[in-house]
Amino acid sequence: MRAIEVRGLRKSYGTLEAVRGVDFEIQEGEVFGLLGPNGAGKTTIVEILEGYRKRDAGDVSVLGHDPERPGREFRERIGVVLQQSELWKNVTVREMHAMFAGYYEHSRDVDEVIALVGLESKRDARVKTLSGGQKRRLDLGIALVGDPDLVFLDEPTTGFDPAARRAAWDMIRSLRELGKTVLLTTHYLDEAEQLADRVAVMRDGVIVRVGTPRELTTTDLDVEIRYRREGEEVVVHTTEPTRVLHELTAEALARGEELERLEVRRPTLEDVYLTLTGDDEE
Amino acid sequence: MSLRLFLHQLRSEQLLFWRSKEAALFIFLFPLLLFVLLGSVYSGRIYGVPAAQALLSGLIGYGCANTAFAGLAITLVVRRESAILKRLRATPLSASTYIAAMLTSTLIVFALQTVTLFVLGRVLYGTPFPTQIGSLILAVIVGAMVFAALGVATASLIRSAEGSSAVVNFILLPMAFLTGSFGPTRHYPAFLRAIGDVLPLKYFIDLMNAIYLRGHGIWTKPFALLVLALWGLGGLIVAVFKFRWEPREG
Repeated sequence: MRAIEVRGLRKSYGTLEAVRGVDFEIQEGEVFGLLGPNGAGKTTIVEILEGYRKRDAGDVSVLGHDPERPGREFRERIGVVLQQSELWKNVTVREMHAMFAGYYEHSRDVDEVIALVGLESKRDARVKTLSGGQKRRLDLGIALVGDPDLVFLDEPTTGFDPAARRAAWDMIRSLRELGKTVLLTTHYLDEAEQLADRVAVMRDGVIVRVGTPRELTTTDLDVEIRYRREGEEVVVHTTEPTRVLHELTAEALARGEELERLEVRRPTLEDVYLTLTGDDEE
Repeated sequence: MSLRLFLHQLRSEQLLFWRSKEAALFIFLFPLLLFVLLGSVYSGRIYGVPAAQALLSGLIGYGCANTAFAGLAITLVVRRESAILKRLRATPLSASTYIAAMLTSTLIVFALQTVTLFVLGRVLYGTPFPTQIGSLILAVIVGAMVFAALGVATASLIRSAEGSSAVVNFILLPMAFLTGSFGPTRHYPAFLRAIGDVLPLKYFIDLMNAIYLRGHGIWTKPFALLVLALWGLGGLIVAVFKFRWEPREG
């Protein structure tokens, strides 16, 4: 079953074409990452799928609903973490969860959700006393308290320190174990690589590549072979590393030389990303 | 609209209101404090009744504008700009249920404040309790709804949370002063009284004076009711066309 289906999606703000014809689908239980630099159109897509914005063109189905007419049944089944939002400062973590739990017909146990997002020790603390990372966990907690089938996470770790990011990643991984479908946007490569089953790389309002992180790194770029010869760095890019390496080493053996600092490097997702999003200076 | 969600949100709004010290102090206590202060300063008779009684009537008017207009406007702007409203829109809580709960919560606060004013007046200054209870309740509801509509309209026109409290008080305090919330306006210069004569608070205080000071029913003031209804309608129209759920984009 498909949780999300998008065909030919377009959206402009005035003369700015934020999304220029996007197709993708997300299976139930899949963690799908939308990766791209700021302004690529990620948030616009997510907000169309959440029901906040109307599209200009295209077909969109989210859990079998058209999000442009988001009914109660649709709202019952989605959980949303916005890119930026604040919550009431003077209530406790538990009260905040209970408040949001009350909006749903079939909510999860409040204390269970608080434990899931790792805020047990802050259960009775007022929201205003939480750190930035703890507030983000609270955002995730209230997105999960309605027991949604589909969770939207718009840049869930932007501004986190490394430890807080690791903790957030663990929580997002636990969503997969709960069988939730997750749509995640991020401009961090390692985040997409760590969390997503499949990644769509966006640039200027279009998806330039979709695939698993492994597919993206194995199919796209040439393997890089580096070594030094008479003090000069030599770089060879090739799609046939076995053959090239064989020739190089055979030559070197014939000359009785060592290939200094020989290195064979598979492209990382970062190389792919930089090539695809055009931020490369090469 | 679901009754369960409405009651849930109403409870949440009440918790949020009383938990916030700024709101409870400024919205609920401030009019009471003004009444105690002004009541101890004025003596003699105003409008043919003891001064404290006339002041009490005016301060119910101030309380109404302060709670329903200023309080609601500031709350809505802050919630909109911090994306709380946007976040709520993603839940099954409908816009109509949310608005109904906000208005009811505001009405509860204003009604409690009015009751407390009567009790304080009785205890401190010996003012009588009102006799036209039915008319009083109706007037409290009408006043709260008219000023709430104006509050929502004003919230729609304010762009940022930082300036909201300044803008709202810049409207509220002169209006209260010009319409006799803090004492009679009959010795004011004619042009100030002329400004006061078009403001909605004057007509709400007219209602209160008729009901509380003279023991008349609310229907003896059809003109005041008409002016209030027009202001309320104006507020509603602006609110319907200009209200936004989402913060202004950075």
